Amino acid sequence: MTGFDFNVIWSSLPFLWQGLQLSLWLTFLSILGGIFLGTLLALARLSGILPLSLIAATYVNLIRSVPLILVIFWFYFLVPLALGRPIGGFYSALIAFVLFEAAYYSEIMRAGIQSVKRGQVHAGQSTGLNYWQIQRYVVLPQAFRNMIPILVTQGIILFQDTSLVFVVSLRDFMTASSIVARTEGRLVEMYLFAAVVYFVICFSGSMLVRSLKSRMST
Amino acid sequence: MNYNWNWSVLFEEQYLNWLISGFGWTVSVALSAWCIALVIGALVGVGKTVPNRTIRAICATYVEIFRNVPLLVQMFIWYFAVPELLPDDWGRWMKRDMPNPEFVTAVVALGLYTASRIAEQVRAGIETVPPGLKAAATAHGLGVAQTYRYILLPISFRMIVPPLTSEFLTVFKNSSLALTIGLLELTAQSQQIAEYTFQGFEAFTAATVIYVCIALLATVLMQILEKYTRIPGYVGKEG
Repeated sequence: MTGFDFNVIWSSLPFLWQGLQLSLWLTFLSILGGIFLGTLLALARLSGILPLSLIAATYVNLIRSVPLILVIFWFYFLVPLALGRPIGGFYSALIAFVLFEAAYYSEIMRAGIQSVKRGQVHAGQSTGLNYWQIQRYVVLPQAFRNMIPILVTQGIILFQDTSLVFVVSLRDFMTASSIVARTEGRLVEMYLFAAVVYFVICFSGSMLVRSLKSRMST
Repeated sequence: MNYNWNWSVLFEEQYLNWLISGFGWTVSVALSAWCIALVIGALVGVGKTVPNRTIRAICATYVEIFRNVPLLVQMFIWYFAVPELLPDDWGRWMKRDMPNPEFVTAVVALGLYTASRIAEQVRAGIETVPPGLKAAATAHGLGVAQTYRYILLPISFRMIVPPLTSEFLTVFKNSSLALTIGLLELTAQSQQIAEYTFQGFEAFTAATVIYVCIALLATVLMQILEKYTRIPGYVGKEG
């Protein structure tokens, strides 16, 4: 091999930065959508209404047994078909990620809701709150609080998962690195650089989780 | 939504063969990677708990590196970068003479990645063994190796069977990433059928059903294993 060429990284930084922005933006929107939909799924599963909890459980278990790449392929194919017009790769990917991650977030939120003591619900009922008020003001705030470290961990996993939009050539950080790697013929430098960038971001994230955990346990 | 349904396309000989061969690759990649992951994951996990500080640091570094880089990037590094970084002879062998390069690379990448996740489970398992048992072993005059061999490992390995079930399912799902380096496993084959026939719905449904069956089968197998390895008295305590 013929020595490292770091210039190729330097000169393609603006292009890579655009890719990284797309990755981060996709991660952020998917986390928001995933937690929202996941919480609804968790509430449905714990609602005690049999058809509702059955549908939610089937959805979660179905999504959790198929690979993310297959889900991405599904939505790239389905979304334009269902809407009758193409809406662009980003939104197809976003829908796929929200629907996929919601299944994982719903399991986290389910554990979070179950970690809230029954007495809290009873106290809410005895003060005259209805079901939605109890969830909104009593149960969910505590459930979120208890689950913050795991929610952040799942966010880190989600960020890593966004690299899979490579399979449909959406220009995230991974795809951008790979485009530079191929056009410049510098595979080694670019993939190692991508690894370092992902590592720095994800490792910082897991350090954050660690400090959150130790702060919450005191 | 206008779409021409044609489920029979899945049973045309050519496409049925693609699905079967894809299924075969998925299972082979996943099971081979699982074997590597179990061995290395157990070693690294134990390494994270031993008294020796250097070994602990090395194992902790391994876990952090492999867990914090996306599997896709690792797959590409093993496939594109490693042959260039190795000494010339080895690199040339990997590029020219290595049999089934996509398969071997996918198995190595997936195996080492999954090992870092298993290592964390093993470490957690060892740490949940009540400290009194370790102290009792030391009081009996057992050395470090003996304490692991007779006390810590037999208990912790039986306790981590339930969390390993989900890792076992994950390895099948993650094997789909092998398609990025050109291995035609199940997801790749279904995508290829969709492209050739324009019957995306049928093709992806077939792949989904097969993955669900794999997940169900794997769950049942692990539950049987769980039944045999459960430690009486620990039931319910370990989430």
